[in-house]
Amino acid sequence: MNQTIAALIVKRIALTLLILLIVSMIIFTITNLLPGDAAQQALGQAATPETVAALRLQFGLDQPAYLRYLHWLAGLVRGDFGLSLSSNLPVSEMIAGRLPKSLELAAITTLVSVPIAISMGILAAVKRGSLLDRIISLGTLALVATPEFLIATFAVLVFAVKLHWLSALSYGGEIDSFHDFMRAYAMPVITLCCVIVAQMARMTRAAVIEQLGSSYVEMAILKGARPARVVLLHALPNAIGPIANAVALSLSYLLGGVIIVETIYNYPGLARLMVDAVSNRDMPLVQACTLIFCLGYLILVLLADLCAIVSNPRLRT
Amino acid sequence: MPAPHSPAPSGGGGSVPPPLAKRAARRRVPSLSLSGWIGAAMVALALLVAIFGPWLAPNPVGAIVTQDVFAPFSAHLPLGSDYLGRDMLSRIMYGTRLTVLLALAAALFAAVCGTGLGLLAAVAGRAVDETMSRVLDAVSSIPTKMFALMIVAAFGSSLTLLVLTAGISYTPGAYRIARSLAVNISALEYVQVAKVRGENAIYICCVEILPNMIHPMLADLGLRFVFVVLLLSSLSFLGLGVQPPYADLGSLVRENIAGLGDGAPVVLMPAIAIAILTVGVNLLIDGLPGRGKRLRLRRAVEAR
Repeated sequence: MNQTIAALIVKRIALTLLILLIVSMIIFTITNLLPGDAAQQALGQAATPETVAALRLQFGLDQPAYLRYLHWLAGLVRGDFGLSLSSNLPVSEMIAGRLPKSLELAAITTLVSVPIAISMGILAAVKRGSLLDRIISLGTLALVATPEFLIATFAVLVFAVKLHWLSALSYGGEIDSFHDFMRAYAMPVITLCCVIVAQMARMTRAAVIEQLGSSYVEMAILKGARPARVVLLHALPNAIGPIANAVALSLSYLLGGVIIVETIYNYPGLARLMVDAVSNRDMPLVQACTLIFCLGYLILVLLADLCAIVSNPRLRT
Repeated sequence: MPAPHSPAPSGGGGSVPPPLAKRAARRRVPSLSLSGWIGAAMVALALLVAIFGPWLAPNPVGAIVTQDVFAPFSAHLPLGSDYLGRDMLSRIMYGTRLTVLLALAAALFAAVCGTGLGLLAAVAGRAVDETMSRVLDAVSSIPTKMFALMIVAAFGSSLTLLVLTAGISYTPGAYRIARSLAVNISALEYVQVAKVRGENAIYICCVEILPNMIHPMLADLGLRFVFVVLLLSSLSFLGLGVQPPYADLGSLVRENIAGLGDGAPVVLMPAIAIAILTVGVNLLIDGLPGRGKRLRLRRAVEAR
């Protein structure tokens, strides 16, 4: 790794931190703009001027907005997200219980979807213009525009109601055996995979096609190398960067997808915590969940960009 | 330095409008691929239902027409009945109308704001451009569903607010494309000539730059419409979007989800209606000659 690349990477990470700071400001501003304030909201019918004033003092709402923002930010850095309004538990505790579940779901989905998507993408790129390519291209194009809940309800209808293979609710207790594991994860993972595989396969196909069109591939073909050799030994090593970029970007789809999937299958993850928090208008919890999802998104985009930077041969002098 | 969301670091250039003669020729021959025509037919069907739905619907939207809830398909009720025994076909027709209207309003909002800001960035100089790009990058790094959920949590969900939320969520994406088009075009000679001639910034934006970026922006509007439909119906599906007595296609899925346990296929119908609309637009734009290639790659990061 040389200095140009190192400088670019440092610059890129600094930019991510800056964006994260702006994001935290946006989140804080929007969640604090509401008419009436959190104290009023929390007390509801029981609000008298005295109790509201007392609670305002407890929440620190008597301070100006920028001080509250700095206070909140300082709390975030220490891992303190404040108290949930609806349950009075520390937000960090509630999240700590849910986040691993969501990460588990994301990890399994990634493990399943990446190999399928990459092989589909490469296959479509190599057989470009063939019937197989047309089917993959059109199929994935249609799938990326399909709402997750159509896939989810359809999966429930087929696998749970008609065939009785899987249960419609995803989470029924401890996981002791492979059977339990399948019951808990099969449906959410299938649903999430559909959309992500489609997106990833499309981007992989584009990345490989770009490599196959370059002159060194033409050279290898003219030298008489077999097609499999050209693809696997010549094109693929150079396409790894763009493919990794595509994978990271496609995985950011997970962040939106989990909201629907966790809700429909009743999966106890972070996204469902957030949906419940929104229904209860539990602002500290909403702030924290939004921030965590943004962080996840920024990390994935950062990884995608770093893959692009590191794999760019023009920067490797 | 690549923009933080461009899929490839070499993103910059490329959308210089083709010469006039070529463009005129292309306009005369509507060369759509087969899948493009299929997409066009699906969109036409959805639009037809959205415009004429209230006249075509066999039953009033709220009328309970049968005692039989979650009734199967029949000649009397072509798409079955919903959880209260209302005619699903009629409900879908009205729901499509609301979904299309809301999404169109939000997509237009995003496109107009994005194009306006993009033009501003192209003519107003580096400082404005940099600041605006960074702030909008930050807005777009809040995943759209989270952003929408946060707004709903803070302000509730009226129809106006939903349109504004979806519009704001997709403004950064439209801005990014508009800006890159506008910057490319404003570097062309005829724009430089206009500047030297002493035309003011508004003239340059509206007369010189805008007409040449309108086609890609229209294709982008179509894609953004798809995102908005998906976003708003997801929100409604979660019960946080369109509230009763209004019902868009997403709320129709939600209110009938109980029928899933009985295996009533009526639950799928509104979801399929959404898919006809969104997949149709996607196929149509994909089938357009030479356009949308860059747009399609970009959608990876913006959609959900």
